[in-house]
Amino acid sequence: MSATLLAVQALNGLQLGVLLFLIAAGLTLVFGVMDFINLAHGVQYMLGAYLAVAMYQVTGTFWGALILGLVLSLVCGLALEFLIFRHLYDRDHLDQVLATFGVIIFVNEAVKVIWGAAPLALPGPALFDGSIQLMENLKYPVYRLALIGSGLAVAVLLYVLVTRTRIGMLVRAGATNPDMVAALGVNIRRLFMIVFGFGTMLAGFAGIMAAPILSVEPGMGDNLLILAFVVIVIGGIGSIRGAFIAALLIGLVDTLGRSMATDIARLLLPPSAANDVGPAIASMLIYILMAGVLFFRPSGLFPVGRS
Amino acid sequence: MNGIREIMRSRAVPVILFTVLALVPVYAAVFDDRFLMLFATRILILAIAALSLDFILGLGAMVSFGHAAFIGLGAYAVGILAYHDIWAAWISFPAAILVCALFAAITGAISLKTRGVYFIMITLAFGQMAYYTATSLSAYGGDDGLTMWGRSEFLGTGLFENDTAFYCLVLAILLAAYVFLKVLAASRFGRVLKGAKQSEARLQAIGIDPFGYRLAAYVIAGSIAGIAGALLANQAEFVSPAYMSWHRSGELIVMVVLGGLGYLHGAILGAIAYLVFEEVLSHYTQHWRLIFGPLLILVVLYARGGILGAIKGKSS
Repeated sequence: MSATLLAVQALNGLQLGVLLFLIAAGLTLVFGVMDFINLAHGVQYMLGAYLAVAMYQVTGTFWGALILGLVLSLVCGLALEFLIFRHLYDRDHLDQVLATFGVIIFVNEAVKVIWGAAPLALPGPALFDGSIQLMENLKYPVYRLALIGSGLAVAVLLYVLVTRTRIGMLVRAGATNPDMVAALGVNIRRLFMIVFGFGTMLAGFAGIMAAPILSVEPGMGDNLLILAFVVIVIGGIGSIRGAFIAALLIGLVDTLGRSMATDIARLLLPPSAANDVGPAIASMLIYILMAGVLFFRPSGLFPVGRS
Repeated sequence: MNGIREIMRSRAVPVILFTVLALVPVYAAVFDDRFLMLFATRILILAIAALSLDFILGLGAMVSFGHAAFIGLGAYAVGILAYHDIWAAWISFPAAILVCALFAAITGAISLKTRGVYFIMITLAFGQMAYYTATSLSAYGGDDGLTMWGRSEFLGTGLFENDTAFYCLVLAILLAAYVFLKVLAASRFGRVLKGAKQSEARLQAIGIDPFGYRLAAYVIAGSIAGIAGALLANQAEFVSPAYMSWHRSGELIVMVVLGGLGYLHGAILGAIAYLVFEEVLSHYTQHWRLIFGPLLILVVLYARGGILGAIKGKSS
């Protein structure tokens, strides 16, 4: 494997990591503050992508699709919160898993009915067309770099929001001791709605940003949802910092693992066996990583003390 | 009086249930309904898996979101052995059980160190791990799955070939698993599990470490789900990674909760209700999930206790 290929794969890994972080951030905040496990979070990612495609057909520009898509994702998220999720906060995790599983089943099918089962595409913005020469014989699409950049910018924004502002302080306090925060006169339900809405918008943003480079299809959020869960579990549920580090770690390990596993397996095994074993190991790698982390740190890398 | 009525009620449901299930082949023979026979067999196979999940979920409060992995592992054990021309059930079924028990012992030992959501997520991750492993087994069909050109053989009898005989075999295994788990649940082992669900600290205070009990229960449940997988491979004559997808694990949880958590026969009722419902709805529209999703949400929000809860009434 050459240095160029390694660099490309590292950038691809970073890109996956950034997408994962955008999804995991909302998931981990919602879980941290409200002890609510939302399987339907992946659906928000998918909805973001579909709504952007629909809005692109209306406005004809990527930027219009992005802004309207974000607004509509927020509306969808808040509607789901109002109709279903707020009745689940006091229930046990099993009920939450089941009801949000019902939401996934419904929305995946609804998307199929409305937009059809065939994959759709969202053209990227003209501003970020083309590729850029990063190294000698390494060209990388500008749009993908912009995706990484915007994801990192959101991460910084979130960090400032959570650590430097009053609402961030309330979110952190809510994650540690929600009852005490409520007793001090904070409307914890409203705080949660804000956090929830913000989380759905981040997931929608991830979906919109991913739409030009991945195909927009029913169930596209399901696999990323599982990866996002792996991320928040490794990072420690409720921790933004943990989610960020774990997301980049998972993105890099998964991408680099997939591109190198077969080559590494070839060093130890005959080629035919290596071609079989390599991909299998590669797709298991992140789960092995997660099992390993949980074995030594059952509450993740950055556990949030919850009383 | 109330006590006697309670016992009558608690026994009546499983007795009626198994009687009705035993009469299905008679009905199918009288009306020459081959579809019913095949469909009922599939239901009972998934009921075995749901039953095993209820044992850890209902009794031990272990929300395993990767239970479908055991079905897949059991099915692949049978499928891969058949691919290598080993059809004898007395080899393939023990192999399926062994593989699942091993997988359950290793993943359980890691998963059970965690609690709550972490447990849900880590079982989900292990399920996905099994799923992706199956999709990358290119020698055995990979993504496309593996077609079996026949069914397992049992000492030269046509036990697996004949639809009715196969149904009776599945029913017998379901009954055996039900009785076994029921006895286990009533034993000291089962009481420790239920105790650990209520308060782990109290159990530890009287000198019992629930970890070993939980792990044993996890292995037992995994092995029984493996038998279900081995039967499913025979029923469909096809093995596919889709058996292990996390949607399948979710469906198993739905079945258990739909029937009523922790009664064991509730899981059987739930499996029947879920699959019949799916079958009926999909006759009307291919988009039956549009109806099923909201229905599931309504059941969770308003119908706690599932089908058994409805039978028993509000008193329980």
